[in-house]
Amino acid sequence: MALPPPDPQFVLRGASAAVHTLHFSCGSQEPDVPILFSGSENGFVHVWNLKTHRVDTALDGHGRKSVYCVETMGGKDRLLSQGRDQRICLWDLAEGRTSVVDSVFTENVGFCRCSLLKVAQGRWLMAMAARALEEVQVLELPSKTSVCTLKPEVGAKLGMPMCLKLWQLNCGSQPLLLAGYEDGSVVLWNLSMGKALSQLVCHQEPVMSLDFDSEKAKGISGSSEKVLSIWSLNEQQNLQVYKTHKLVNAGISDITIRPDKKILATAGWDHRIRIFGWKKMKPLAVLDYHTATVHCVSFSDHKNPSERLLAAGSKDHRISIWSIYTQT
Amino acid sequence: VLEQFLQEGRISALMWEVCQQQAQAGSPEVQEALLNKIVCLPDHVSNKLQGKNPPVFFPQNYFPLLGGAIIQVLQKISDSLRGGLDCSISFVSHVLGKVCVHGRQKEILSVLVPRLTDLTKSDCIWQRICWRLVECVPDRWMEAVVLGFVQRAPGADTLSRLLGNLVVKNKKAQFVVTQKVLLLQYCHTTAVLQNLLGYLSLDSLRHALLIKVLQELLETWGSSSAVKHSPPEQQQYISKAILICLSHLKEPEIESCREELLTSMMEGVKCHLDSNLPQIRRLGMIVAESISSKINTDGPVLKFQVKVIMKFVSGVQGLEEIKALHQMIQGIIASSNTLSGNKGRQQHFQKERISIYKKQFDDDLIPYDMSEDKELKTKAPVYIRDCIEVLTGSEDVDKWEATVKALETLVRKNPAATREVSMELAKILLHLEEKTCIEGFVELRQRAQVAVLTTDPIPVAKYLTSQFYSLNYSLRQRVDILDVLVLAAQELSYPKSRGKTKHSGAQKPCIQLLPGSDSSKDWRRIVDERIKSKTRRFATGQSQVELASGPNEFNSVAGHFFFPLIQHFDRPLTTFDLLGEDYFVLGRLVHTLAILMYLAVNTVAVTAMGKALLEFVWALRFHTDSYVRQGLLSCISSVLLSVPAERLLEDMTEELLEAQSWLGDVVEKDPDGDCRRLALQNLLLMENLKKKL
Repeated sequence: MALPPPDPQFVLRGASAAVHTLHFSCGSQEPDVPILFSGSENGFVHVWNLKTHRVDTALDGHGRKSVYCVETMGGKDRLLSQGRDQRICLWDLAEGRTSVVDSVFTENVGFCRCSLLKVAQGRWLMAMAARALEEVQVLELPSKTSVCTLKPEVGAKLGMPMCLKLWQLNCGSQPLLLAGYEDGSVVLWNLSMGKALSQLVCHQEPVMSLDFDSEKAKGISGSSEKVLSIWSLNEQQNLQVYKTHKLVNAGISDITIRPDKKILATAGWDHRIRIFGWKKMKPLAVLDYHTATVHCVSFSDHKNPSERLLAAGSKDHRISIWSIYTQT
Repeated sequence: VLEQFLQEGRISALMWEVCQQQAQAGSPEVQEALLNKIVCLPDHVSNKLQGKNPPVFFPQNYFPLLGGAIIQVLQKISDSLRGGLDCSISFVSHVLGKVCVHGRQKEILSVLVPRLTDLTKSDCIWQRICWRLVECVPDRWMEAVVLGFVQRAPGADTLSRLLGNLVVKNKKAQFVVTQKVLLLQYCHTTAVLQNLLGYLSLDSLRHALLIKVLQELLETWGSSSAVKHSPPEQQQYISKAILICLSHLKEPEIESCREELLTSMMEGVKCHLDSNLPQIRRLGMIVAESISSKINTDGPVLKFQVKVIMKFVSGVQGLEEIKALHQMIQGIIASSNTLSGNKGRQQHFQKERISIYKKQFDDDLIPYDMSEDKELKTKAPVYIRDCIEVLTGSEDVDKWEATVKALETLVRKNPAATREVSMELAKILLHLEEKTCIEGFVELRQRAQVAVLTTDPIPVAKYLTSQFYSLNYSLRQRVDILDVLVLAAQELSYPKSRGKTKHSGAQKPCIQLLPGSDSSKDWRRIVDERIKSKTRRFATGQSQVELASGPNEFNSVAGHFFFPLIQHFDRPLTTFDLLGEDYFVLGRLVHTLAILMYLAVNTVAVTAMGKALLEFVWALRFHTDSYVRQGLLSCISSVLLSVPAERLLEDMTEELLEAQSWLGDVVEKDPDGDCRRLALQNLLLMENLKKKL
């Protein structure tokens, strides 16, 4: 008989607003504590200490407008946060400082989370939704120079970009961008040429979130409907639908694949977090804790596999931390 | 002398003679006398001899001897049967019966049963003889005989051989076996029970009885009065009987009476656990456990702490009884392949599964239990008052959506409840704004309003019409009111389309499809068709569908819809001036009045309405807006069509004449083409009216 699903290992309370984004930073050695960054609707980025389960610092940099993306840039001292005040802020958190070092004015009023990719030591590429409706702009950080602007062809009617993922096959190769759009299609962009390599209609509704496994060249996207779409990239850089997975309840806010590519987690509008095996999309668990829509899920980057955690942030102001499938 | 008689086995000869005689119908009195004498010999002799009774006449000696004699007779009978001769065994049966009823079963059967057991082992003639022997026992002695056999037989299969299907053939025997021994007595040992129930289970004819027995036992076991009032010994007896029965049941039977078993078990276990006596409780638990393990071989099973009980119970009562009980339970558990066995196997499979996964599929992640993962459904409220709560107060948008969608159906389904809160509902619906983006929100709201209005027309119409002329409503709301009034009036005046789809297609001429390509039917069909084509029909009869009819419900409320609307049109309010800038609403109002007039045909108030409407039209006839004028002209048409001609000509002659002159004017001078056309139509209608004079 199957075991009942586990309970959260612990629950972080204190965000006092819906949690929209989470990011772990647990890779560093002792005596550094493992950290979880969370962005909430009240404009704060909370820095959670995962040993004491308390907020160490609260960063207020977006004028009380909702923060919907946080990322670290090489360690917990450099933080990037994106908010609805149309700004992307770069923070310096070393040695207890909490200052905004730089900011990018995106002029974009959408909800598309930006995507970061480290291309070289100290150099990053960041893809974000640009001012014009259907465009995606790629900047190089920290110089803030524009690398390219990705415009869909006229009449493509893709709508807003909803989610972005920058990736490269290995350290030296070309960075590519996967973008999910409002019309339900996922487009693979070549950044150096600024052209779309392949477009695949995965959903009938806007693509809410996507994630990609560059090793297996397979990706997964979720939308507001009841279907998860798994697609693959063949050698000709063409996207094809691999399979679809039907869900019990409609609506996915976020999908993330664990760094070891064994499992993935989806955050659902039905208040539940679902865990699937990535290899065969086998449903593994349904974690039912939250009492409102789960907005984001994130896996930790612990060096020790048995310490790995899964965090989920929800509209009910809570962040649940789970320890699941850590033995593999 | 008698002694000698006996010792030389003359009794058997005597009986044999009687048996042979019986085949040729000897005299019953002689038999009766003989019977008496044989059976009661020891008593007679001892009465006579009083103290000097030779030992052979003592009952404990005499009856075994008699038993032996019976066997000899039976031997002779069997020989003669094999020889082909017919002889009757009833005398022997009588002897046996009388002996048993006199209380001498033990002695006689102590001889009979072992011998018969041996003899019937393989010889079917002997079996038949034995069966005949017991079948011929008269009913008044049957109980004694059957009980004797049941008690003496070494096993269920022996009993089966000895008694055959006596239980099925003989009512008395059946009663004794199925009712008396099990339910009315409780003095018998476990072995007896095992014999009896085993006997019942061995033959298919008797198996049905077994199930019946089980049901009755369970009924008794489960009845709370029985649990309260019968002695614990009897309850233990019944429990034992149930357990034995269960062990004899086969799979298909368990399948068929699973539900019953479950129900009785649940009831019974409740009664037993309610008892104050710990032994009753324990008995209940034991039986419930066995029943549950029998009926749920693969699912969860009732598990009480029985192990502890056994020790206690065995300490209290005789060890053997409890050992037997215990063994029985174990037997049931072992035979029905229950949890312990399954658990072990399941664990083994689990491990195997894991190892298979690890080796072959490299997908070693074991899923958790996801049985709780179901679709999220927001339930719409089921009561009207709950709907009101949700629509007025609730912050829960899902619920709000669900309520809005379900409201119309609810209102129509619960007219009485709606009438209680109709005013409130009307108010809420009039002010209802779209909270979330629902498809067809406007339609949903309108339909709900119409439903409320048709359910409780008079107060709601009063409310709505009063609100039409109130302050601080938006134009949209005022027009809403008008639309709702019209739709409701339409619905009320056409009863058959009350919320249902039109024409349920009843009584359409049925075309019967002839089945198959049966040639015999084919020719018939061909012939029929030919006949049909050749015959001329003079009257086709009624081929129309009769429309459903009902009373015109608009009749009683037409006035309530109409007059309030027409009352205050010339009174301007600060936010609403019909005659001023809100002429759009005026136009709609006029059209609404026209429709209401039209729908009021055949109602009582139609004349008054007509008169009021003509006055209204007269007042507004020079309005600048063409939409309003068209509306006015349709009003006149409605009046001409709805009000009966007599009333028109009698009560409204002046108004009509004035209208006619105005119409003529419109036809000539009105800039709007539609107005002219409508005016012309009206003039034509008036002409027709005049012709009727």
